[in-house]
Amino acid sequence: MNLLLALQDPNTQWVLMGCILLGTSSGILGCFAFLRGRSLVGDALAHAALPGVCMIFLLTGSKSIGLFLIGAGVAGLLASYSITAISRYSRIKEDTSLAIVLSVFFGIGIVLLTFIQHSASGNQSGLDKFLFGQAASLVKSDVVTIMIVASVLIGLTAILFKEFTLLSFDPGFGRGLGYPMGLLDGLLMLMLLMSVVIGLQAVGVVLVAAMLIAPAVTARYWTDKLSRMVVLSGVFGALSGVLGTLISTQQENLPTGPTIVLSATCFFVLSILFSPRRGVLARLFRFFKLRRKVLIEDVQQALYECLEEQAGSSRPGGVYLGIGSAELALKSGKSLSQVKSALAEMVRQKIVAERAKADGSSTWTFTPDGLKNSYLLVLNQRLWDLYHMNQNEYHHVHIDQSQEELAPQLTEEMLEKMLAQLEAYDLTPKLTEGTQAISRLYAREQGGLSL
Amino acid sequence: MNTFWIILTGALVAASCGFLGCFLILRRMAMLGDAISHSILPGIVIAFLLSGSRDILPMLIGAAVVGLLTVFIVQLLSQNGVKADAAIGVTFTALFSVGVVLVSLYTAQVDLDLDCVLYGEIAYVPWDTWQWGGIDMGPRAAWGIGGVFLLSLLLVGLFFKQFKLCSFDPALAAAIGIPVVFFHYLLMTLVSFTTVAAFESVGAILVVAMLVVPSATAYLLTEKLHVMLFISMGVGVLCSVFGYLLASWMDSSIAGSMTAVSGLLFLLAFLFSPRHGMVIRMLARRRMRLGTN
Repeated sequence: MNLLLALQDPNTQWVLMGCILLGTSSGILGCFAFLRGRSLVGDALAHAALPGVCMIFLLTGSKSIGLFLIGAGVAGLLASYSITAISRYSRIKEDTSLAIVLSVFFGIGIVLLTFIQHSASGNQSGLDKFLFGQAASLVKSDVVTIMIVASVLIGLTAILFKEFTLLSFDPGFGRGLGYPMGLLDGLLMLMLLMSVVIGLQAVGVVLVAAMLIAPAVTARYWTDKLSRMVVLSGVFGALSGVLGTLISTQQENLPTGPTIVLSATCFFVLSILFSPRRGVLARLFRFFKLRRKVLIEDVQQALYECLEEQAGSSRPGGVYLGIGSAELALKSGKSLSQVKSALAEMVRQKIVAERAKADGSSTWTFTPDGLKNSYLLVLNQRLWDLYHMNQNEYHHVHIDQSQEELAPQLTEEMLEKMLAQLEAYDLTPKLTEGTQAISRLYAREQGGLSL
Repeated sequence: MNTFWIILTGALVAASCGFLGCFLILRRMAMLGDAISHSILPGIVIAFLLSGSRDILPMLIGAAVVGLLTVFIVQLLSQNGVKADAAIGVTFTALFSVGVVLVSLYTAQVDLDLDCVLYGEIAYVPWDTWQWGGIDMGPRAAWGIGGVFLLSLLLVGLFFKQFKLCSFDPALAAAIGIPVVFFHYLLMTLVSFTTVAAFESVGAILVVAMLVVPSATAYLLTEKLHVMLFISMGVGVLCSVFGYLLASWMDSSIAGSMTAVSGLLFLLAFLFSPRHGMVIRMLARRRMRLGTN
């Protein structure tokens, strides 16, 4: 109820409007900052804006956001120049120079802020809102300024999208094509600065950087295409802006900045967990699926090899009884329960058939289809083994080791050579449908295989 | 006497931060220090709400837990394909937000001021004294940060060789059997301890300045680690003294002034350091050019 009332208030509507555009523009620009590895530069720019804002207040005594934009902009330019200068002209690394500039500018800002507060010119209240942000303190003229700047930023990004893409992924190539990459980089920096500055009043100096980082990182989890990432990031930014502002209106004395940042973080955490390709849950699911598949294949191979040994040693015309699960566990190195669950799965897929013995235990053999399938599996496996054993011999052959099947990657003569080698090692899989010894193996009565 | 206590506390804060900061910047983890100093806020608030007092011990524990959690989350995210700087940015802003929200929600219970969280109030330090057996032992903050400083000195002194090797060549350190990860987390624990002990006097954010700026200044002035440590601590003490003078002249925040002074000292080193200074190198280049002509 409270929320509905708040929404009907025209001032809240203005504020929300501002926060949406704010979130969108910083989400969009954040993508490029993220890809350029500049995520924390926004943090430094934001902290550096504080002395600029205080200076403007000291000089003019006014609190208009337009003037603050200028002050923060100048301070931000100085800060970004200092960061580059320190890491270029001394042996100090970029991250340290970032931290130096951030903290020193912020310290100077605090000196000025406390100086203003202590000198008590009366009009200074509200300046400290810049630290943590208070969207409610935005008035219509502020919102209009924010909207104009945000729209310009979004429009510029749309126009220069191709150039910024080039800048993010391959600036060297861009330079080769004749684009002024240095100029574009500077422009991007300037745009980042603008988006930080318009966010100051709503989100605050300390946290405004999160508006650049969190939506971009969140969007990265959902897509691999920059165009989609930019759109998504803008949407996430806008959503967190709205959500955070609404939450903050529900509780007195709750600054907007942290609630906006926490909303953005919630989207981020949800994305980490549930995004379809890179999410933690999806990856866990794929991992367990793969593990299951490997387990089944291992047991299948063990069964094949056990049968192979049995067929080799058994008397001609003897009864082929199949293999017990304990023996399979020993052969494959898996635990008994793993073997049993794999066997159950294979029975379901009609690869193996169970044969009950008189003493109540069971043995397993392949079904005709299962044997065909297993022959290919084992052949593939042994070809891989051979390839790995004799890699020196095959180093000139281009093999993609991440592929499952080896045979389709080989030329005819390569395959023949390898098969001959298998034969020499006595590794050719011996149980096939076609061979004389095996053609008598199929027992009709239980769908199993007997000799 | 109050002036003395304020300057002493400031000097202790700056020296112990500067001491640990050297290792941070050598391992290129300056921004991780920044992240820790922000993100321990929820740890402090929760410890405060649970214990109901401003005792240093629960706060140290809370801060250490959250500080290590920060390092852990950042590592986890970067292993999961988030770029390191973005991982730092997401983690510390989120944790800091939690802290600010907690402070706002429990304003009645928490005797913590948001401004104080940011830039501390070292000027009140002399009035919050520690009574021990009925004797006034001086400000509690000075004892707290002094104790933590002593602990850092002791641990780093004991394992100096290991810390040194881990800072310059972690791969070699790992190869000869030094538990690099352990020392990494030990360093981060010490940073968290220092931050929380310093936080009352200089605030969570200005701790970063004390961690990074004096040690970066020292880094420009020497090639030897132990000399760097001493210079860094010395610069910290200078910051405290001149920062106090500046603050009382301008009637502004002491912690902020300390930071401003540290920035000035860094600028001096940046321009005039005998080996790495910009002006000195420019002069040397000019001399060489004139010499060859």
